[in-house]
Amino acid sequence: MNKPGVIDREGLNRLIQTLIGRGYQVVGPTVRDEAIVYDNVFSIEDLPAGWTDEQEGGTYRLKKRSDDALFGYTLGPHSWKRFLHPPERRLWQAQKDSLDFDIVPEQPDNTKYAFLGMRSCELHAIAIQDKVFIQSPHTDLHYQSLRQNALFVAVNCGQAGNTCFCVSMQTGPKVEAGYDLVLTEILDDSHHSFLIEAGSEAGKNILEEVKAGPAGAGEIKKAEEIVTNTAKQMGRAMETGNIKELLYENLEHPAWGEIAERCLSCANCTMVCPTCFCSTVEDVTDVAGDHAERWQKWDSCFTMDFSSIHGGAVRNSTQSRYRQWMTHKLASWQDQFDTSGCVGCGRCITWCPVGIDLTREVAVIRESTTCQEENFSGSEAQNENS
Amino acid sequence: MVPRPFKVKEIIRESHDTVTLDLQPEKPEKEPGFAPGQFNMLYTFGVGEVPISISGSSSGADSYLHTIRDVGKVTHALASLKRGQKVGLRGPFGNAWPIEQAKSRDVVIMAGGIGLAPLRPALYALLSQRDQYGNISLLYGSRTREDLLFHHEFETWKGKYGVQVKVSVDTADRDWKGNVGVVTTLIHRVSFDPSNCIAMICGPEIMMRFSAMELVQAGLEEDKIYMTMERNMKCAVGFCGHCQFGPAFICKDGPVFSYDRIKPFISTREI
Repeated sequence: MNKPGVIDREGLNRLIQTLIGRGYQVVGPTVRDEAIVYDNVFSIEDLPAGWTDEQEGGTYRLKKRSDDALFGYTLGPHSWKRFLHPPERRLWQAQKDSLDFDIVPEQPDNTKYAFLGMRSCELHAIAIQDKVFIQSPHTDLHYQSLRQNALFVAVNCGQAGNTCFCVSMQTGPKVEAGYDLVLTEILDDSHHSFLIEAGSEAGKNILEEVKAGPAGAGEIKKAEEIVTNTAKQMGRAMETGNIKELLYENLEHPAWGEIAERCLSCANCTMVCPTCFCSTVEDVTDVAGDHAERWQKWDSCFTMDFSSIHGGAVRNSTQSRYRQWMTHKLASWQDQFDTSGCVGCGRCITWCPVGIDLTREVAVIRESTTCQEENFSGSEAQNENS
Repeated sequence: MVPRPFKVKEIIRESHDTVTLDLQPEKPEKEPGFAPGQFNMLYTFGVGEVPISISGSSSGADSYLHTIRDVGKVTHALASLKRGQKVGLRGPFGNAWPIEQAKSRDVVIMAGGIGLAPLRPALYALLSQRDQYGNISLLYGSRTREDLLFHHEFETWKGKYGVQVKVSVDTADRDWKGNVGVVTTLIHRVSFDPSNCIAMICGPEIMMRFSAMELVQAGLEEDKIYMTMERNMKCAVGFCGHCQFGPAFICKDGPVFSYDRIKPFISTREI
């Protein structure tokens, strides 16, 4: 959109101050409870300097780096959905008046968020939630208001985690669309700087105030190398060819039962997933019975209640719930929203208490069907021989 | 997402556990109207909200009839409402029965229990242009004779409009002169041209599955058989995810589906 600039740590601090000065609530990565979580950021002092993370199926650990990198980790358990589509939100209140009652709707939230340190997969996740809440027959006004006010400052990933597979899902690691500003952190022995580029008019406008220095050809090349290198480090891969047909044709596959022997139906995967959007509503009443409220809360297809209708729950077994989650994410999402529901962030693998890995489970189903076909053609060949 | 205020204008007791509420908007604004097969979300103060299909209208576009069986917490609160009391209403939501597509064809309507409620406005729509349709049949299955809904209308449907009405009950006492058994046994007792016929089915999922299979046996094509699906529903606008049924959201893609579209999913357990 315009020429990339370069800022140092102080420049990054100026960016945060500029955003605060323009009325944004800046949210970015911070360290809390031994994890990288998204919270309010007031200066670069709040960012996780010198931390990295180690991730595997069912494992997440913070570790000190040998340098002072500010974005030297991948993803924590939080995603930005907790701000745009909060875990709980009041929809309306009702007050009883003798036999009658009156409903007072909640006004849409006008908070101006600036999200700092968003990764490419996370921008893709938001684009997917936009399809659910804005680009559908109905509009979620709360989401729309927050989304329209928000400013996105992305970061190109300088390293990939063991549970990352954005390359397979074509969602990263290079930030390519949907951002206002994008940073690439460049660290070497003597320098700590950030290549910064604007992706929108708003971003360009802010960049002018931050007063970035011009980027040299060396820095642009270096930044390009960093993200190219990250793409080569993916800890996981997912074969996505015909994945919709594969899952639809295998709704009765024995793999679901086998997964269910490990799956605790705990719903962690759906809570950490940046695209899972399911919610429920709870109607609450005060003790006197005169005041009622409706709250929307995140829900999960792994709970028994999720599918309950008169007569009982539709999905009683764990295997049916895991099947619902995975076929929704990877198959029926395509029918519903013309995109996969998975961005390859790997959170569901890391935060699964028993380390269930959807890339592996898809591969199991795929391999078994390929085997069947091979066996079939093999037996045909034998018949021809005999 | 916010319910609009409605008043209970009239209450019609349909059976020992079922009532029909006639709901009118508190403010006399023009209601959007509804298509047969659509549903509303009904809220009672401090209790909760449930999806209920529209079973008709008493006065054109600005009233909704809802036939409610008292089986749960919210339906009990709804069934206990008095005339003049207020309810919250969101809707109408969902798609419609194929009334237009059925023109110049025979129509077979199959209902099980409370499933007749969402089919009644479809029947009204057909009868309002009776000459546009061929043979119309209503095959209605119920647990007992005491559970039969809208039976005071059967004679009008038969006599005035020539509808072939057949009723069957699961259990009956010795006074019952009609059929006993599952509703699918009635298919062969009415005449229709399977090559030029639309079927509309609503009832328990197992009843709809077997009805569709029987209709296919009788010669109907799968894409001429329609049924309404039920799943848990919270938002009714495609946000909450609860009502997913395979690739479909029942609230916005349904509740009416053609059999060919949902066959792989309706025949899979726990979808």
